[in-house]
Amino acid sequence: MERFLPAAQLTALADDLAGSCHVLAPVAHAGSVVFRWYRPGMRLEFSRMASTSPKAATFPQTEPLLVAQRHEEHKQPVIEATLPPQARTVVLGCRPCGARGKEIFGPVFLGVAHDPYFARRREDALFISLVCTRPETTCFCSSVGGGPADPTGSDVLLIPVQGGFVARSVTEAGAAFLQHALFEDVGARGAEADAVVTQAQAAMPPSHDFSSAPAKLLARFDDKEFWEQQSAKCISCGACTYMCPTCYCFNITDDDLGLISRRIRTWDNCMSYTFTLEASGHNPRPTKAHRLKNRVSHKFSYYPSIHNGVIACCGCGRCIKHCPAGVDIRAIVHAAQEYAQ
Amino acid sequence: MLQQLKDAITSRLPELDLVLGWEMGFDPFHATPLYIREAADVERLVVGPWAVHNLATYLPGLKGKKVGIVVKGCDSRSVIQLANEGLIRREDVTVFGLCCDGVVSHRKLREKLPADLGFVEEAQWQADVLRARVAGQEVSVRLSDVLADKCIACCYPNALGADVLVGSERTASPQPVACQESFEALSSAEKQAFWQETMARCIRCYACRNACPMCVCRDHCIATSRDPLWLGQENSPAENFMFQMIHVMHLAGRCTECGECERACPVDIPLLLLRRHMNRVTQDLFAYEAGTTVGQTPPLLTFQVEEAGINERGW
Repeated sequence: MERFLPAAQLTALADDLAGSCHVLAPVAHAGSVVFRWYRPGMRLEFSRMASTSPKAATFPQTEPLLVAQRHEEHKQPVIEATLPPQARTVVLGCRPCGARGKEIFGPVFLGVAHDPYFARRREDALFISLVCTRPETTCFCSSVGGGPADPTGSDVLLIPVQGGFVARSVTEAGAAFLQHALFEDVGARGAEADAVVTQAQAAMPPSHDFSSAPAKLLARFDDKEFWEQQSAKCISCGACTYMCPTCYCFNITDDDLGLISRRIRTWDNCMSYTFTLEASGHNPRPTKAHRLKNRVSHKFSYYPSIHNGVIACCGCGRCIKHCPAGVDIRAIVHAAQEYAQ
Repeated sequence: MLQQLKDAITSRLPELDLVLGWEMGFDPFHATPLYIREAADVERLVVGPWAVHNLATYLPGLKGKKVGIVVKGCDSRSVIQLANEGLIRREDVTVFGLCCDGVVSHRKLREKLPADLGFVEEAQWQADVLRARVAGQEVSVRLSDVLADKCIACCYPNALGADVLVGSERTASPQPVACQESFEALSSAEKQAFWQETMARCIRCYACRNACPMCVCRDHCIATSRDPLWLGQENSPAENFMFQMIHVMHLAGRCTECGECERACPVDIPLLLLRRHMNRVTQDLFAYEAGTTVGQTPPLLTFQVEEAGINERGW
């Protein structure tokens, strides 16, 4: 199905949706653009890619797993497991790479182990992606299996054309969404949209071949000097991980607040010392070199090795663009691929 | 200035394990830290408005090595402060100081461009004017319009305590920072509301902490310790702000206002508002400015029964 959304109706669409479901959208605030739970009055910003990813729609940064409530001191608490309430979520204006992110790590939560939290959110979420017309210097989606108009993980693709967006459904849920009254007849705009997509694909830089990366990275596994050099300027913060649409590691902690205790799951970060800190006090990854090795190798070697070659990276480039030290994950993988013994 | 610096580094390199500088990064708008280990690496060195990183952040992690470091005025204060607190051995560090004309704020630059920073195709500085092509459009931007706020308020453009000082010395002409003035004018309730809204976008990535040269607990920060669990891991405005308050308190009398916390923040949280405020408090109470005097101990690392600036007994 193909419909047209006038640019002037975008905010009206978000406002209307916010009345009946959760809307996650890129919102501008004081110079930044981040995905926020949209409320009428917020300013949507589609012209630049948000610093954060739309991952929260399926995998929020904080998720309560159970609540233990003591009604009286010294009495047994009442323990309740919590699942997110069944509620429709619409992600409006993510990029195709962001929508694809959850498809990449989906098998982890919906494979051998079944994660009811991810499953429910995934089932309830509709992804309305905005096709990119021009790659940024940090974009490399087409090198890792995606593309500026890649439909993987999206329900609808919005293609920017004169005066608005041609909206193309990818899934049945997406087609149903296009019945919304604010969408208009597409008229003759289909050809213009095709041209935009063709032009966007042509504008991508030549793809890099990462197929040798799994073996080449593994070959450098014990090369301390290589990893110390590659990680020298890394400051071992978690910005890359927390902005990444495909990072899925989490931590579980108990937050005690008087008579109420909550067991929460939060995003974890492999760049942090505590990530692999064992109860004995031993830490198998004591330095940033060990940690960056894991981050890069997990995405480009270990993950594809056990998941049919799928690279655990969608090429959105956020980790490069927003790294305080300018660490470029592409350059690290290339260095491993080009390494001469 | 660049050639002078390259010559100075080349002549000292044989006695050093490495020298920290900057080189151009993944696009023409971004420099990135450079580890100079061999003479050939010196050729990649750049200085100027893109050299935003405070390289002193790396020094505590390089203990035991003979390290050279290129510093701007603000960065030099961090080196002095780290040495004053015994966190680095000053005799192991060779300081190549710059007379600095200021660095860009990428946030401000973004506002001056027709499209996002990521669409840059070419960029070149001609004196203090940046000429760039972004998303197919030619633009020119004056450095003075995109200077980082810390540079507008800078009192120390020439590196302090340097072993080698490069460039021609500048006279400081510090100006008040507009956003600080308007922040200070808010009522407590308005400040609270401001942080509630702003901290809603914090992702607790700790880039602010790890970029900070004076944040030396790093792997053992109380924000991430599990046992004991001091701070909730929930990503809520309350917990996020609590973390920032802990950060600010740990930097009281130690913060050199290099602005790395704010620069490193991927979601543009104006963290210097808190740091500057605390620095004013320490200046008022203790007449102390971190990292400006070699050998000075920060006020919160000493104890005096009666502080001159605090009226404890009088009514």
